[in-house]
Amino acid sequence: MPSRDEIFDKVKAALVDALGVDEEDVSPSATMVGDLGAESIDFLDIVFRLEKAFGIKINRGELFPEDVLSSADFVTNGKVNAAGIAALKARMPFADLAKFESNPSVQNFANTLTVEDMVRYVAGKLAA
Amino acid sequence: MRWFWIDRFEEFVRGTRAVAIKNVSLAEERLHDHFPGAALMPNSLVVEGMAQTAGLLVAESISFGRRVVLAKVAAAEFHFDAMPGDTIRFHAEVLDIKPAGSLTKVRSTVGDRDQGEAELFFAHLEPGAGVPLLFTPPELMRWLDHMHIYDVGRDEQGRPLVRPEM
Repeated sequence: MPSRDEIFDKVKAALVDALGVDEEDVSPSATMVGDLGAESIDFLDIVFRLEKAFGIKINRGELFPEDVLSSADFVTNGKVNAAGIAALKARMPFADLAKFESNPSVQNFANTLTVEDMVRYVAGKLAA
Repeated sequence: MRWFWIDRFEEFVRGTRAVAIKNVSLAEERLHDHFPGAALMPNSLVVEGMAQTAGLLVAESISFGRRVVLAKVAAAEFHFDAMPGDTIRFHAEVLDIKPAGSLTKVRSTVGDRDQGEAELFFAHLEPGAGVPLLFTPPELMRWLDHMHIYDVGRDEQGRPLVRPEM
């Protein structure tokens, strides 16, 4: 099982390749969408690269829950409701959603997922 | 007038790899201004040829069920410019195919010289309102025939591809 630093280095390499950002930009607290400029097509590219780098299998929607964020059951007036927050937490145990909970507007989700969340996600998959 | 930047397939192994050629010609008006007196094949169009080779390889492996669209070009590098009279050979390799998208690597060569290489990422779109089909099925078959896919095509077991009735 690789160390957290080894995982971080490989995740950083995948993000540099997929997003065309500099290595220095990829800090643990950098947000994927806000700071690194990731778009939805980039997430698919990132999934490919992470699968290849770590030999893991990532299912659709595991990393970026578009289905929850666009569902009428989980979103009310542009904000994720209680059921939606629960669904997000269940789906993304690796992510720190506390900040998002304080302002759960769908638009704001983009600023939630950080590089550190991705590292934790990979570590969780490798440990499973 | 159609936007074709490959002329023919020389090799085609379903979902795995393909080789296609594009003969660069002074008959292509585009080259007359690029540049006046020194016609050079723009590498942006070499990328298009790479994308058509790899894109058709991917699309055929999913039975043309979804529209395969070039989404990202990564790590593209070119070593020299091809000229009229050159035959560019595209060597495409599938790295991974998923329902939502695919990753491929393509090399271009002129003779035995490496001309360029790129990693191409495709998105697979469900046909629907916003995603029109570029060709009707009979039109698609006609162009695939022009490119000889079913003359050289093989499946993963090495058996000749069967040309579908469309």
